[in-house]
Amino acid sequence: MSLSLVIGCSLAYISLLFLIAWWVDKRAERGVSVVNNPYVYALSLAVYCTAWTFFGSVGRATTGGLSFLGVYLGPTLLAPLWYMMLRKIILISKNQRITSIADFISSRYGKSTTLGVIVTLIAVLGIVPYISIQLKAVTFGINTLTHFKSGAAPAPTSFWLDSGFWVTVAMASFTGVFGTRKLDPNERHEGLVAAVAFESIVKLITFSAVGLFVTFGIYNGFGDLFTQATLREDTAKMLTFESSGITPFSWNVLVMLSLFAIILLPRQFHISVVENTSPRHIPKAMWVFPLYLLLINIFVLPIALAGKMIFDAGIHPDTYVLSLPLEKGAAWLALAAFIGGFSAATSMIVVEATALSIMFSNHILVPLLIRMRSIGRNHLVNGAARLLDIRRISILLMLFLAYLYQKSVGSTYDLVSVGLISFTAAAQLAPVVIGGLYWKRATHQGAVAGLIVGFIVWAFCLPLPSMAQAGIISNSFVNEGLFHISFLKPYALFGVTGIDPITHAAFWSLLFNAWTYAIVSVNTQPTMLSLTQADLFVNIHKYISGHEYDILKREAKIGDLKAVLNRYLGETRTLALLSDYQVYNKVVLDDHQTAQADLVSFVETSLAGAIGAASARVVIDSVAKEDPISLDEVMRILDQTREAVQHSRIMEEKNEELKTLTLQLTEANVQLKQLDRLKADFITTVTHELRTPVTSIKALSKIILDDYARLDEERRTAYLQIIVNESDRISRLINQVLDIEKLRSEEPVQQMEQLELTEIVLHAVDGVQQLLTERNIKCTITPTNLSLPVNGNRDKLIQVVVNLLSNALKFCNQQEGRIDIHLKQKDRFVFLGIRDNGPGIPAQARQLIFEQFTQLHSKEQGKPHGTGLGLYITKKIVEQHHGSIRVESEPGHGALFEIILPLSNDEPLDRV
Amino acid sequence: MQISGHSAKILVVDDEPNIVIALEYLLQREGYEVQKAYNGQQALDCMENWTPDIVVLDVMMPGMNGFEVARRLREIPALELTKIIFLTAKGTQRDKESGYASGAEYYMIKPFDNDVFISTVNEIMAYG
Amino acid sequence: MADDRSSQLIILFLVFVVLLNAPILQIFDRKELWFGMPALYFYLFFIWLVLIVVVGLIVRKKRK
Repeated sequence: MSLSLVIGCSLAYISLLFLIAWWVDKRAERGVSVVNNPYVYALSLAVYCTAWTFFGSVGRATTGGLSFLGVYLGPTLLAPLWYMMLRKIILISKNQRITSIADFISSRYGKSTTLGVIVTLIAVLGIVPYISIQLKAVTFGINTLTHFKSGAAPAPTSFWLDSGFWVTVAMASFTGVFGTRKLDPNERHEGLVAAVAFESIVKLITFSAVGLFVTFGIYNGFGDLFTQATLREDTAKMLTFESSGITPFSWNVLVMLSLFAIILLPRQFHISVVENTSPRHIPKAMWVFPLYLLLINIFVLPIALAGKMIFDAGIHPDTYVLSLPLEKGAAWLALAAFIGGFSAATSMIVVEATALSIMFSNHILVPLLIRMRSIGRNHLVNGAARLLDIRRISILLMLFLAYLYQKSVGSTYDLVSVGLISFTAAAQLAPVVIGGLYWKRATHQGAVAGLIVGFIVWAFCLPLPSMAQAGIISNSFVNEGLFHISFLKPYALFGVTGIDPITHAAFWSLLFNAWTYAIVSVNTQPTMLSLTQADLFVNIHKYISGHEYDILKREAKIGDLKAVLNRYLGETRTLALLSDYQVYNKVVLDDHQTAQADLVSFVETSLAGAIGAASARVVIDSVAKEDPISLDEVMRILDQTREAVQHSRIMEEKNEELKTLTLQLTEANVQLKQLDRLKADFITTVTHELRTPVTSIKALSKIILDDYARLDEERRTAYLQIIVNESDRISRLINQVLDIEKLRSEEPVQQMEQLELTEIVLHAVDGVQQLLTERNIKCTITPTNLSLPVNGNRDKLIQVVVNLLSNALKFCNQQEGRIDIHLKQKDRFVFLGIRDNGPGIPAQARQLIFEQFTQLHSKEQGKPHGTGLGLYITKKIVEQHHGSIRVESEPGHGALFEIILPLSNDEPLDRV
Repeated sequence: MQISGHSAKILVVDDEPNIVIALEYLLQREGYEVQKAYNGQQALDCMENWTPDIVVLDVMMPGMNGFEVARRLREIPALELTKIIFLTAKGTQRDKESGYASGAEYYMIKPFDNDVFISTVNEIMAYG
Repeated sequence: MADDRSSQLIILFLVFVVLLNAPILQIFDRKELWFGMPALYFYLFFIWLVLIVVVGLIVRKKRK
């Protein structure tokens, strides 16, 4: 196969990745998150499966049998605990805006700079070799495709002919573009994640295709393949631990190492925590990700067995995935498999380089530059741009280191061995992370000491001997022990032999690490900041009420939020709102706790309803502070306007408060004025109504007094009768004004009792019987035997009926007066209708007759002898009895007043 | 104390029949010729073919109020010399000003004193 | 209930740590084929699959 074809395909594939990442980033900018999906999350986690998995597992299986599986069973075993542990780490990290595993550890132990540096160094030194084997794997793959069975590839004469170099350059540019597009305080790179998830699919499909080809194409399925394998001594050895020389102890340690690695490897922490879009994705990932691991491992052993049976020693087992299809003439499958392996390598390199560069720039370069005052204090914009440059330089540095490592040391080891050295390095973080999550007493000093001791033991037992073997340092300490002390041989500490170097190093380093961490922790006192951070990490659920988080995280003291709500919404509504929130979210709010973003948003939304969204924002901002962002130290130095902004926020808040108060006062004033005017109107009207009868009385009595003798008997009597009538009118008016005052105070009706409406009506008619007879008016009541129980005050209800009857009397036809009273019950209401045969009420007057001082006038008679308050009072009394009154009339055909009251023991009735 | 010799014509306008009764008696006792109206429209109708010397006018009446009646009355050239007395329960300074503005000569507040009312009418008739 | 689920998952973790580590694993470290597969290979993948299914069932359960 030609080199140009392989390179061409690789470039095309990388272009495709660029396209995917670019598209997803574009969508993310528009607010559409493609990666906010549990399956994408689970697939992106599969960045765990690197070229090591793709090529190296097969190679490993040829020597270690099934031991390669330990690397995948560890993560599988941990998966059930993600539900608690990963969720907790994510909540803490989002809460604290943590951007890397180094940041996480440094934050936990009092935002320690020292710890940030130590963890970053461990990560860089431990992981760079791991990156280098990815580069090696790709170079290896290209050589296999282009020089299969045509002799080994010639060593490149200069670096620009070295495919490994160009892979490095390609990866550096991809990471540079999508890992540092902008300075996102959350360090989220959606395009990158999408590309990684896509590569995971490519990995699985291509590897399974090779597996199927080997198992069912070359052999007749699993049974055939395994049966044939049992027949050969070298392949039969691969089928059990015992025969392949794997000790039970080393298996257990391997499972443990990988269990730690799935969360502690910088790229795994980055993908599973920093890039996580929602903790809701965890449950699905808990089974999807292990399933992915299972699927990609099914064919490892079959491919290894097949390769062993088909090839002689001349073919490196790490290349079986490519060489088996090539041998059997499936060149296209080999090319696809290469792309799969290429995917595995590139996704690992890109994510690992991003994660490492974040750590390296945030914990080493930036603090260094700040100390050198190389980042100006007044260059906010330039500062951000410069930080991105620093990030890019870090990426280049990481990849260059990896390339150098591969050129010098890397070639002497197989893929898996180098990977396991990295695993052991990452595992050094386990005690401080697990202790940090669940052990509040752990101190900064303990963490520093544990990490340093663990790192030294690891370095002494793994990378140093490998460097010695590569001839970089003297080999003597490996065989004779450090300082010629035989207890200090890197592969046999304290004289313990018979364990493979990885297991040996992992055991001793973690043992020393954990013990140092624990012993130093209990013997030192934590600082104040370290204590509060410890509480936040261990009891994160106390601090977080929801499971969601905003991109723009704000938090505020619950007490402050309450105070703000109280001020704007009043105590009652505030209490109601907050208790709703507590019930709905199943949390208990404590004034001294910090409210998380969702509560802050909830309060803001509630406030927005009262004072408008913009004002609400200003008010909330005055009490809420935004979380310190990842580069908080830098940003704090860069941002000196912060205090001024804070100050002006407070001013704005006060201003807003004043405006609201003024508005409230104005409203109250308007209301008061209106009330005042109503009162004045009432008094004017009442005065006028009182003066009128007084005028008649005064004038006529003076006439009688002055002209007593000159007046004839008839006139005297008539004038005296008028005086009596007008006096009655005055006293009636006074009573009614008093009634209205009583009704106005809206006191509930006194002495409610169960009454019989029919009886009330009969009583009232009895009262006006004399008038009826005098005016020759015929009055009927139908029916009189109906039981209509209502609740009410007897006197008041009688007043209502009398008022209506007087009204009817007044307007009745003068010659043949007629009043018909109807009683009936319908549903839960009783109806009382009183109909007269007077002139009726014009439509426009029907609206007004229930208002105060409205009277109907007839052309001939002028004003009737009423006060204009009767119907108003009647209506008010009926309403106090939860009833309603209405009028029906056609001019010329009389009027019907109808009262509707609820039946006794019934619900109040809304107005009809 | 009847003063005879008057043949002056007076229109009494009030929606309160009892007040009209009292005013009619008092004016007739002085020898004036009295016409009655119970609202503004009736008053204007009445004056179409009968020119009173004085109109005694209430303010708060249904339909057209007294101020409006006065304004319309002032627009009729034939009633140029007719004097207007407001006799009303509305007693604020503002009401008085509105009364004079609408073209009235006198403004009296209810309840009134019979003697004061009659001497006012007599004075108007004697001196204009 | 969330707490129930947490306990179930912790127990699951402990059980499978035992099942997938030595010495239990050594019981299946035999030179024979089960269903055409090496005994250990079959055992590891089978337990692995069981773990995935059980985790899937636990997290699938609707919260009350």
